[in-house]
Amino acid sequence: MINLEAPKKFQPLVGQAHQVAMNMLRPISRRYDEGEHEYPKELDMLAAMIDGLSDSGQAQGAGASGVGEKTEAEKRKDAEAEKSGKGGTRNGSNLASVLSIMEMCWGDVGLLLSMPRQGLGNSAISSVANAEQLERFDGVWAGMAITEPEVGSDSARIRTTATKDGDEYVINGEKIYVTSGDRADHIVVWATLDKEQGRAAIKSFVVPKGTPGMEVERLEHKLGIRASDTAAIRFTDCRVPAENLLGSPDIDTKQGFAGAMATFDNTRPLVASMAVGCARAALDLTRELLTDAGVDIDYDAPTYSLSAAAARFIAMEADWEGAYLLTLQSAWMADNKQPNSMQASMAKAKAGRVGSDITLGCVELCGSVGYSEHDLLEKWARDSKILDIFEGTQQIQQLIVARRVLGLTSAELK
Amino acid sequence: MSLLDTARNALNAGGRNGLASTERRDPIGLAVAGLNRLAGTDLLDRFGIRKQTEETVYRVTSAGFKTLGATSRVFARAGKATKGARPATAATSTGVFDLTPSEDDQMLVDVVTELADEVVRPAAADADTACEAQAEVLEATVELGLPILGLPEKVGGISEERTAMAGTLVHEALAKGDMGLAVAALAPGAVATAIGLFGTDEQQQTYLPAFTEPAGDTGVPAAALALTEPRVLFDPRTPQTTARREGDGFVLDGVKSMVPRGADAELFVVGAMLDGTPALFLVESGTEGITIESEPSMGVRAASLSRLHLDGVRVGAIALLGDPDGTSYAETLRLSRLAWCALSVGTAQAVLDYVTPYVKEREAFGEPIAHRQSVAFMVANIAIELQAMRLVTYKAAGRVAAGKDATREIGLAHRICTEKGMQIGLDGVQLLGGHGFVKEHPVERWYRDLRAIGVMEGGVLV
Repeated sequence: MINLEAPKKFQPLVGQAHQVAMNMLRPISRRYDEGEHEYPKELDMLAAMIDGLSDSGQAQGAGASGVGEKTEAEKRKDAEAEKSGKGGTRNGSNLASVLSIMEMCWGDVGLLLSMPRQGLGNSAISSVANAEQLERFDGVWAGMAITEPEVGSDSARIRTTATKDGDEYVINGEKIYVTSGDRADHIVVWATLDKEQGRAAIKSFVVPKGTPGMEVERLEHKLGIRASDTAAIRFTDCRVPAENLLGSPDIDTKQGFAGAMATFDNTRPLVASMAVGCARAALDLTRELLTDAGVDIDYDAPTYSLSAAAARFIAMEADWEGAYLLTLQSAWMADNKQPNSMQASMAKAKAGRVGSDITLGCVELCGSVGYSEHDLLEKWARDSKILDIFEGTQQIQQLIVARRVLGLTSAELK
Repeated sequence: MSLLDTARNALNAGGRNGLASTERRDPIGLAVAGLNRLAGTDLLDRFGIRKQTEETVYRVTSAGFKTLGATSRVFARAGKATKGARPATAATSTGVFDLTPSEDDQMLVDVVTELADEVVRPAAADADTACEAQAEVLEATVELGLPILGLPEKVGGISEERTAMAGTLVHEALAKGDMGLAVAALAPGAVATAIGLFGTDEQQQTYLPAFTEPAGDTGVPAAALALTEPRVLFDPRTPQTTARREGDGFVLDGVKSMVPRGADAELFVVGAMLDGTPALFLVESGTEGITIESEPSMGVRAASLSRLHLDGVRVGAIALLGDPDGTSYAETLRLSRLAWCALSVGTAQAVLDYVTPYVKEREAFGEPIAHRQSVAFMVANIAIELQAMRLVTYKAAGRVAAGKDATREIGLAHRICTEKGMQIGLDGVQLLGGHGFVKEHPVERWYRDLRAIGVMEGGVLV
């Protein structure tokens, strides 16, 4: 039966995340925006707390890594449900993750991205790793290194190489925009086994920090999410054990890019939820500021009998609601084992663009109060921009959606 | 009239023909206006210089043709003026986020979709031209029970529970066939649903049998929920149509606009101000003082849109429908907007389904235009915004079905469907280029229809 209310059973989880966001992230939000590259030490305690909650089964995926392999307990539950023939619809870890990430990003996107042991690399590990690797890399904090100075969205053309040498791979190349690249204790790096063979030859490798030949060259200065460090990393004859290659070492031209790209299927709903959470922070505050200023946000009124401010607010909120529900849809589909690649891209495209529209619109609506660093609206308007760029830009999402809707290959629709 | 006034009138072109009142004629303009008047006289026709057009076509499709209200059947008074039956709210809500329709809803959607594909779509272009829904199309929707979909079992309806979700899905599925025909077919159901939601026992027993068990060959009556008024910046919460108490009953005065199938309707639910609060009134079409004026519009033409003139219309105590405190009226407004949202989702889906194969087949510069990002991204954005419209609408409908307040959700759905629905209509035509502008393809109709969202109040209801 169609019901698009947030799942009842996750209310405690969402409530918890909301309290954490309100009481731990917001108070330090401005501080680490100003103190770029300063390590948010408060997060260590938060991470420990979240680990504790996870162990007691009360929290799921509070960080960026949330979506991925199901836990053994969840798999058992699925199997039982299937056996008893009452599978029904599931509200599982994917929905839980997007909902809790929304709350955390309502607190602060940059800090969420800096959560120890919750990096995007962790998401890659849980999406692509085999059972042995999952166990071996359990509890690490992994950053994700894909982008290169000359290669952005076109990740099939990366130039970083991995050459087999005995039972090791030797990695050479330069990576940029590695979130938590300095703070994480592991880096998942994309490299090609054979430039001639294109996408199929691209594999991901887990490189522990301190491995000789891997060096953080610099940290970027950014428009937003300044609490999160963004590193440039150089690999020079960096050797990792062969068993650190995630997934299969075979170059399967039929499977092509699918293995590596699976990570993105999982992370797109998460990034969408970040944009949704950040935009809601702006809407919540703006609603109150407008109401205090005497603006009546009346949902029953025809648009053009509202004040322009109220009309703009409702238009933004309507867009927000669409982005929010597209995000929940893509997570719900993942929970119910439905292929969601297109819906995940729809969610990220919509959430990415309305995230910017809304946070920028809120600054405009609130005037100098919005623009000033006295409050956080201007910060959210800076933080939101990256969410329409990383893990696949707006244009890449549109390309993915267009290919799916039109049934065109990447050769036909370039 | 003084000579001066005559001269001034000759110079003032404004106030008519879509001209602002500040427009003035200069000497050339005066000469052109004179020529135009000559060209328009029947002198030319009397001398056989111009071919006569058929007047009947003019009368059907042109605004302003007036007639009395249809002669209504006898709605025999029955029941007591106590609270009527009410649908139960969906009690089965499990608190689980779910995008899967219930089995019943899915079956309903499947049947209505079949009807939309096989009966409604093929009839749409003709109905649009004629400003009238074909009788056989309407009969087919009656056979499916669409007019009584919103009625609880207790009063002869289909379901035990509140069927806002089923109604939403049906509006969407039917509008995928054609919005105009969907409105024509669903208009009687709007009246029945309102009586089911707000009616007293007497109102339900008096009016609903005509919908649930129509006698003999009379069929289900045409009926219309009339809330819009022909006024700029119209706020439906403060209609200018008034109801004045007189004796036991009321006297209604005013003009309603965008009334589906006005000339055929036997029963109206009319929004009017009573003691400073908007309220709903049941008005039988044969009542003295009712005139129907044809109001063909930009789109939704198959619904035979009309103006309803109420001139000292006297109705009895039975006429007041729902609470006079404005709550029933406000609820009706919202549920009607929700229905329009569902219609926009259906029509926008029709656009997407039509342009998708078109851009893959149409070639320019040696390859299908779909291979160009500027074209492909438009299609992607149609798909993205359409799904957002749908989800926001479904969320609102789910809340209504569960008996929760949906004021915010319906407001948001109405906003996003108004804006993105129109954008989709616009892009649909653009993607077909010149072919989108001609009636050989249905996209120009969908463009006109999608402009209705945000303009229409009433007419349909879930």
